[in-house]
Amino acid sequence: MYDAPISSESAVSQKDIKIAADKVQVYYGDNHAIKDVSVQIEDKTVTAFIGPSGCGKSTFLRTLNRMNDTIDICRVEGDILLDGENIYDAKVDPVQLRAKVGMVFQKPNPFPKSIYDNIAYGPRIHGLANSKADLDVIVEKSLRRGAIWDEVKDRLHAPGTGLSGGQQQRLCIARAVATEPEVLLMDEPCSALDPIATAQVEELIDELRESYSVVIVTHSMQQAARVSQKTAFFHLGNLVEYDDTSKIFTNPQDERTESYITGRIG
Amino acid sequence: MSDSSMSNTPKTSIHTLNARTKKRNASETRFKAYGIAAIAAGLMMLVVLLVTIVGNGYSAFTQTFISLEVELLESKLDKKGNRNIEDIKKVSTFGYTPLLQTAFEEKVAELGIETELSKKEMAGILSKSAAAEMRNLVVEDPSQIGNKVAFTFLANSRVDGYLKGRVTRESIANDKNISVAQLDFVDQLKEQGVVVKRFNPDFIFGADASDQRPEAAGIGVSMAGSFFMMLVVLGLALPIGVAASIYLEEFAPKNWITDIIEVNISNLAAVPSIVFGILGLAVFINYMHLPQSAPLVGGLVLTLMTLPTIIISTRASLKAVPPSIRDAALGLGASKMQSVFHHVLPLAAPGILTGTIIGLAQALGETAPLLLIGMIGFIASNPPSGFAEGLLSPNSAMPAQIYEWAKRADPAFYERAWGGIIILLVFLITMNTIAVILRRRFERRW
Repeated sequence: MYDAPISSESAVSQKDIKIAADKVQVYYGDNHAIKDVSVQIEDKTVTAFIGPSGCGKSTFLRTLNRMNDTIDICRVEGDILLDGENIYDAKVDPVQLRAKVGMVFQKPNPFPKSIYDNIAYGPRIHGLANSKADLDVIVEKSLRRGAIWDEVKDRLHAPGTGLSGGQQQRLCIARAVATEPEVLLMDEPCSALDPIATAQVEELIDELRESYSVVIVTHSMQQAARVSQKTAFFHLGNLVEYDDTSKIFTNPQDERTESYITGRIG
Repeated sequence: MSDSSMSNTPKTSIHTLNARTKKRNASETRFKAYGIAAIAAGLMMLVVLLVTIVGNGYSAFTQTFISLEVELLESKLDKKGNRNIEDIKKVSTFGYTPLLQTAFEEKVAELGIETELSKKEMAGILSKSAAAEMRNLVVEDPSQIGNKVAFTFLANSRVDGYLKGRVTRESIANDKNISVAQLDFVDQLKEQGVVVKRFNPDFIFGADASDQRPEAAGIGVSMAGSFFMMLVVLGLALPIGVAASIYLEEFAPKNWITDIIEVNISNLAAVPSIVFGILGLAVFINYMHLPQSAPLVGGLVLTLMTLPTIIISTRASLKAVPPSIRDAALGLGASKMQSVFHHVLPLAAPGILTGTIIGLAQALGETAPLLLIGMIGFIASNPPSGFAEGLLSPNSAMPAQIYEWAKRADPAFYERAWGGIIILLVFLITMNTIAVILRRRFERRW
């Protein structure tokens, strides 16, 4: 479905494939939520998942770091390879996987602890810091990467829940970055934010692309167009089209994609 | 057509209420009135309850005392004069009574009180514990023999009742324990300051006494019994309850087995406490042969009773922690257990604590199961001397002690039962207040 576009864009195809999903099926009980989705997500790229509500884009995102494991009735079939290793292999401990594949959620969810402790939690449980000084460095670096250092450097020990919504979301991104993940999954990270905060987070996402493979689920087609290089369009559990963002928005191959981006369905 | 029908309806002003609105307003007013009446009725009951309890019980905290100087005559207490403790112990309380009578005679002569009472009748206004009190002192410290020692004895419960207004000259017409002449004598002594009514700490800290000496009875030892039971309950119910709730809420798969467990825990919370009592009798005493009447057994039974309360409140407070916190921790690569213990549990702690305190308060006031394991009707005379003894030696509990006093014949015990209720209520109100304060202080809003 997407072979042709990739081969025609040699610049893109040079990038490494970070995550390769092959014929993924997800069931919630009897409900077949994701149908036969195969997609290859590139390293150091922002990939956007778009589609109408209930199309399965968030579900698919959550299969990428096995957050769906926490839902009892959820069942995943097919292969998802992270750097060539199947993340649904019996030998994989989801805890270890999630340290590599970080996640930012729809609603900012800082821990009700200090800003410092929010950032330091991940490095602490993964043993990334050997000393207090190490940890201080990691916290500062992460907050800088989260583009929030200047706003909070004077109140690192104030509660993270006291920040504004946009700041909280950037704190959550900084927190996810602190564990040194390789992939960053974002589930509608701006849906609870005002336009200014959204702009800040989008700017941040663009910066994060330098170091990570970022996958973002979004309801806003404008946002997908602004931040992503690749876009996948989901509809009713199917991956309808996956291509360069510019191509999806200017010259979609599938009729449903066109209907969606022009506002006829969704 | 619809246009014409609409134009036919007369224009109404919003300044005049139509019939429907009036009816609705009236029913709302009525409903508010019912609500206020219900609350007023409830408050009135509460006021009546508190006034009755305090009115009946406050007098238990004071007691009538008689101060006397008694000469501990060597000729009576240590005839051989060699201060041999074994010989001294052989002198029973009967040997001390004459000393008391002599002391009264001296006192009357000293104060110039005129009375026709015999010295035996004079000593009759003292508690039956007076001679024992003297004997205890002598046995403990034989060197006091020969000295004149100042004592403050408890007055007989009739005398105490007379000073408190419970006993009158009319009411003792048929009473063999006290006479009108003795009451007159008490009046004379009271004027001289020999008989005084004052606060009696022994009621709060002392031990229960036999049927004959209501004036000496205190709730302190059964308070210790309650304390040790609460230690057992806290030590067992809190960890077991919290562990069970965490497992059920966070780890257990949601299937029919956990559903059944859940339903049964809710059912357990509604099981009458006497059922737990008979279970305790069958299992802990008859099968496991734990000592009867011991606070350990009482604590185990109350643990069974408190567990459902703690589990239900713990599960509720775990449920109240937003799932986004769990997601956040899991998304960072925390294990399930780390997410629970680092994030969920601290947030749920105030709720868990509140539930535990309320569960403990319930257990503290529970009487029925104690009936069956023999903690009622037992007179604990000595406070437990250590931790093991506190758990294993027979004791009573506060509500059991109150029940015991309430069923005794002497009306002097009745006042003590009410007094005991005041103490119990003070404990319960304190615990519930702590629970409310904890909840207010640590409550988080999302």
